[in-house]
Amino acid sequence: MQPEPFNRLEARTLVVRQSNIDTDQIIPARFLTTTTREGLGKSAFYDWRYTEDDQPKNASPFPVAGAGDRQVLVAGANFGCGSSREHAPWALLDYGFRAVISSDIADIFKSNALKNGLLPVEVDQRTHAALLERPGIRIVIDLESCTLETEDDIRAQFTVEPFARRCLLDGVDPLGHIVAHEEAIAAYEAAAA
Amino acid sequence: MARSLFDKLWDAHVVVPESEDSPAILFIDLHLIHEVTSPQAFAVLEERGLPVRRPDLTQATLDHSTPTLPPGPDGRLPYATEDAEKQVHQLEANCAKHGIDLLGLDDPRRGIVHVVGPELALTQPGKTIVCGDSHTSTHGAFGALAFGIGTTEVGHVLATQCILQRKPKSMRITFEGELSPGVGAKDMALAMIAQIGADGGQGYAVEFAGPAVEALSMEARMTLCNMAIEAGARVGMVAPDDTTFAYLEGRERAPQGEAWDAAVARWRELPSDRDAQFDSEVRVDAAAIRPMITFGVSPDAAAPVTGNAPRPANDSEREAAEYMRFAADRPFAEAKVDRVFIGSCTNSRMADLREAAEVMRGRKVADGVIALIVPGSEAIRQQAEAEGLHTVFAEAGAEWRMPGCSMCIAMNGDQGAPGELVVSTSNRNFVGRQGKGVRTVLAGPATAAASAIAGHIADPSQYLGTEARDAA
Repeated sequence: MQPEPFNRLEARTLVVRQSNIDTDQIIPARFLTTTTREGLGKSAFYDWRYTEDDQPKNASPFPVAGAGDRQVLVAGANFGCGSSREHAPWALLDYGFRAVISSDIADIFKSNALKNGLLPVEVDQRTHAALLERPGIRIVIDLESCTLETEDDIRAQFTVEPFARRCLLDGVDPLGHIVAHEEAIAAYEAAAA
Repeated sequence: MARSLFDKLWDAHVVVPESEDSPAILFIDLHLIHEVTSPQAFAVLEERGLPVRRPDLTQATLDHSTPTLPPGPDGRLPYATEDAEKQVHQLEANCAKHGIDLLGLDDPRRGIVHVVGPELALTQPGKTIVCGDSHTSTHGAFGALAFGIGTTEVGHVLATQCILQRKPKSMRITFEGELSPGVGAKDMALAMIAQIGADGGQGYAVEFAGPAVEALSMEARMTLCNMAIEAGARVGMVAPDDTTFAYLEGRERAPQGEAWDAAVARWRELPSDRDAQFDSEVRVDAAAIRPMITFGVSPDAAAPVTGNAPRPANDSEREAAEYMRFAADRPFAEAKVDRVFIGSCTNSRMADLREAAEVMRGRKVADGVIALIVPGSEAIRQQAEAEGLHTVFAEAGAEWRMPGCSMCIAMNGDQGAPGELVVSTSNRNFVGRQGKGVRTVLAGPATAAASAIAGHIADPSQYLGTEARDAA
């Protein structure tokens, strides 16, 4: 399944300041018994949004209805650490996020997010601190130029792994890319046998 | 040019080299799959009409969603939900359709994916191993390049036996000096993570080295490599040596006869060359490590069990302290324990169970404490029962269960109740990981067992002899 192409996103931010937000927070393990990838938005940050008896929490930073126009999640350092569950980006996308910004984002989560069209954006400490201070600010993220800019002129550059970037901008299919090297794979197998 | 273990493993598996535009295409020697992270990958094969390229290099097991209680009077396993049961049947159907060997519910070799791979010697030095599970780093204990992947990548490997990957940076973590008696691999892991941080290994493939690592048993090395991901490193590994070869020899899928000798000769070439360069070098003082526990909601919030809870230094730490209800400057030993879990891919092997049994033998689990002991595999369950460990646990008042991931991920119905303090030999103390509102304290098997007996967080040394563990 190909993600929606990602080029330029203009939206508002939703800020959670905590560092080390792990994938068990993003989607608790009890929701992983699904055999599909659809409809996981209702489980996104479930225990942050609902009480132990499944009532909406008043103080939750995450609206019950979804991200709305706050499609950019700004979070503390080491976002997405822990389990390799791809259900985490699936849930965030279905909830309505299209990008996550932090000072550092865990490796496996970053890889999973890129494969699904959820853009992981790692920014320098100063930009990160400034964004954490401005919840709800309007932001433009441009993947072509790898820049972000807020309405009050925070500007930053970021890097995205070049192949993943091409996949998102141009709809390149990573599985198709591997399959296109069939000859090399067969040769490797023959040599290893 | 001098190469590290990691360089050698990487170089040997490059099908198409990395370029500025594209990651390398790496060949995968062993693909481990389980019920939770594979269904959507099989669905992609279905959509695109692709077969599984190498079912012979794919091994499936059932562990995450499976009950650890035996079948009821109706002969049915007590699944937590219908979805959990459906997920198990889905893997059975996918494996049958694609000709993949499944360690099914009745298979005497079934168990946690990171326990059975090594037990069957599917895990071998020099292999690339992936699994849709972050604790795949465990297999690095054998000098394999092993890392966790997402479900999209599970699909890539099923279809092509290859994966797209940029070469990570390399880090060597050297444990200098010798461990003190009563200190084990879990304590090493927690001390290391506390030192470098939960993201200290991010972007790195880590090699664990030094005399204290060389002295570890294979089971202990697996515990250490298992926890690499808790420092943010997808890969943790140890150079193969005679300890490695002695563990593997004669196991089901190990090479036999002349092939064994040839394999060992190849494996002896794998350790890092003397002058190999690493992007980062970290030193840990092994002799200074004490039995460790965690006191926060990230695995790097770890300290010696005999210590006091620290004062929070920032908002995140303050929130963690509120959740965990540890009072600053008060001894950890004042914290009352509700539940103890001994198991998981981190600490569910024979050495772990023997260590717990040594503490529990002839003693009783404290009133009001529930202790759950879950072996990592059927083979371990049978061996432990042959040694009478299940009787030791039962007489102490602990529950002896069937193998599985159980309370580590708490998706099979085994979990704590809101507010409970759980001392757990698993790998993650995240908020709600072991059930809504559950407060998790990570520890090694002896500390967990000691806490079950004492009814509060407890230093295991009071229950143990002075023999060094993990040295066998």
